[in-house]
Amino acid sequence: MDLVLVNLIDGLVTGLLLFMLSAGLTLIFSMMGVLNFAHASFYMLGAYFAYQISTYMGFWMGLLIAPIIVGIAGAGIERYGLRKVHQYGHVPELIFTFGLALLIEEVVQFIWGKSQMPYEPPEILQFTLFSISGNAIPAYKVFMIFVSIAIFLALLYVLTRTRVGMVIQAALSYPKTVEALGHNVPLVFMGVFGVGTALAGLAGVIAGPVLGTFPGMAFLLGSIVFVTIVIGGLGSLWGALVASLLIGWITTFAASYNVAMADVLIALGFEQPVDLSESAWRDLWSLTLPQIGPILPYLLMVLILVFRPYGLFGKRDV
Amino acid sequence: MRITTRIGVSSVLALAISAGAAFAENIKIAFIDPLSGPFASTGTNGLNQYEFAAQYLVNDKGGVLDGDMFEIVGFDNKISPKESLIQLQVAIDQGIRYIVQGNSSGVANALTEAIEKHNRRNPDSRVLFLNYSAVDPALTNDKCNFWHFRFDANADIKMDALTDVIAQSDDITKVYIIGQDYSFGKAVASAAVEMLGEKRPDIEIVGNELHPIGKVKDFTPYARKIVASEANAVITGNWGSDMLGLGKAVIENGYTGPIFNYYAGSDGITAAFGESGKGILMQVSEGKLNPPEEKALEYFTAFREKYPESDVSQPRITNVIEMLAKAIDQAGTADDVVAVANALEGMEHDSIWGGKVFIRPQDHQAIQDVHILAHTNEGVQIDLDNSEFGPVAVNTVEMAAMDSATTCKMKRP
Repeated sequence: MDLVLVNLIDGLVTGLLLFMLSAGLTLIFSMMGVLNFAHASFYMLGAYFAYQISTYMGFWMGLLIAPIIVGIAGAGIERYGLRKVHQYGHVPELIFTFGLALLIEEVVQFIWGKSQMPYEPPEILQFTLFSISGNAIPAYKVFMIFVSIAIFLALLYVLTRTRVGMVIQAALSYPKTVEALGHNVPLVFMGVFGVGTALAGLAGVIAGPVLGTFPGMAFLLGSIVFVTIVIGGLGSLWGALVASLLIGWITTFAASYNVAMADVLIALGFEQPVDLSESAWRDLWSLTLPQIGPILPYLLMVLILVFRPYGLFGKRDV
Repeated sequence: MRITTRIGVSSVLALAISAGAAFAENIKIAFIDPLSGPFASTGTNGLNQYEFAAQYLVNDKGGVLDGDMFEIVGFDNKISPKESLIQLQVAIDQGIRYIVQGNSSGVANALTEAIEKHNRRNPDSRVLFLNYSAVDPALTNDKCNFWHFRFDANADIKMDALTDVIAQSDDITKVYIIGQDYSFGKAVASAAVEMLGEKRPDIEIVGNELHPIGKVKDFTPYARKIVASEANAVITGNWGSDMLGLGKAVIENGYTGPIFNYYAGSDGITAAFGESGKGILMQVSEGKLNPPEEKALEYFTAFREKYPESDVSQPRITNVIEMLAKAIDQAGTADDVVAVANALEGMEHDSIWGGKVFIRPQDHQAIQDVHILAHTNEGVQIDLDNSEFGPVAVNTVEMAAMDSATTCKMKRP
């Protein structure tokens, strides 16, 4: 029972982290129709920038400055790269972001090398906040939860309660009409792209110290972010949140419980073959839940696409 | 004083060499390992260590035979077995007789097979394979051949030494084994289960699991399981970001016992663990970096002078170079690799890192001291990642697995 509580907290941390990445991506995707392959690369840039800044000015300045730099870089890339490619259609845009992802990875390796970076949580947060039957909950994790929730509330407020938010929401569904009403839609696009990448950068800043800062970190998270926004529904902030938490908890619980496929099959009334090494089904019999954990979100995505193609909270088809 | 003498000697030698360059011949050694792609840092670091070892340990001391110099030629195999075979052919076509390789047992398996075939078919251009890091036990057992020599302790020898140490400490009662889901992770796990069962049947194995390799974003759930199992020792064969991720998560979530590992050092991992891994990370490895022998410290100082960003992460490389030089001198030729191989067989060598290295004739496996190295910043003279942290030997198994069994049936030319 205690372990369930601990796993709930761990899953929450993973889920909220994923949310910060997917919130920006889902807005960018639904507004511009661009599958931004480089989104996770901005997450990586956030971690590296913050590490570099923290060596001179400490963790907190990194937390403040790095996302801003990443956001400005993101807006610049939208303004001078993506917008130019936009007129040629979606495929060139896709290829552009794909190339950008590769480029960012190479540049990061060129500057910082291929090794792990010694990026640490701030000293003030390096203690155990509380323990649940021997399982320590580090203060830094609670800090991550609070930062993510604050970001979610701020985004929700901006999108639903302010004029800018109204324009963005309108531009999501009827960009032509919004433009006809005299709003500068390209500027809105640039702003959304900048804020989206800044959020990804922020996620990198706070995830870098716990998940490791290395050139493969973007690749590790890249695909799961797309899964999140498809499950949540395009353009929906709530959808992104729910899907992120769902994936966070699914992967955490799957990795925590050693449910063996053999037990499940026996419970279902199948008989275990005596000599497993000769059986054609031996791989199935020897599977355990932690081994298939990482593919469960993808399985969920397939199911969602089959039964509810517009996602959990989405309003229109993918 | 020493250093000035050495500089003096080497500059005199340098003059002598440039004067005699017209007739002195280079003995080329092909270094076939990844120099691009995700493992490039390990490969490049290895190449630096080879070039430095050849220069410092052989060339600066006058070379081998009548002043022949060692020359390391790098070949990029992109860590692919297929690419390695192409590079092997290129190296052979260039007249190279000595191949060194280490990263990935998959590559080593492909190379050793290809080299055996080549040597059988082309007795005039035979080559030797000096494997400095690939630890798959099969290479010196079922798949052994006369041309292959392994200078690292293989996975079973390391586990043998590790379980010897675990068997001696009475406060270890529960062990958790975790590794990456592929051949090496599985080999480590099965060796651990088997050897612990023999040496300490009272130890309970509270967990034995494999996780997807390179796919786990967050190791926290695994860490929770390890803490919940009340294990007081963890054994893992993880490397790279999987090692760092697992180690950090386990330490962060309240585990305080030892994490016995194979590869938690260098490539940024030592620096990233820093203070948090102190007293917890225990690496099983050959090559005692700390406390260093006098010769070792001199070697390291000179190495860092030339490569300030690199580590002496694979000490056995100096053994490869020194023992090859010795064997060539003994054989009196560098062209007849059968004579050189015969000289290497059964050779006993005093390593600059301390202890002896003995090439067992029946399977060409180097038998040497295997150490348990603690990650710490106390008493560290040879550090890794320029981090002031480094491995210090806390336990040594002398000439580990000297009389272990081998299934090798070697055909000699």
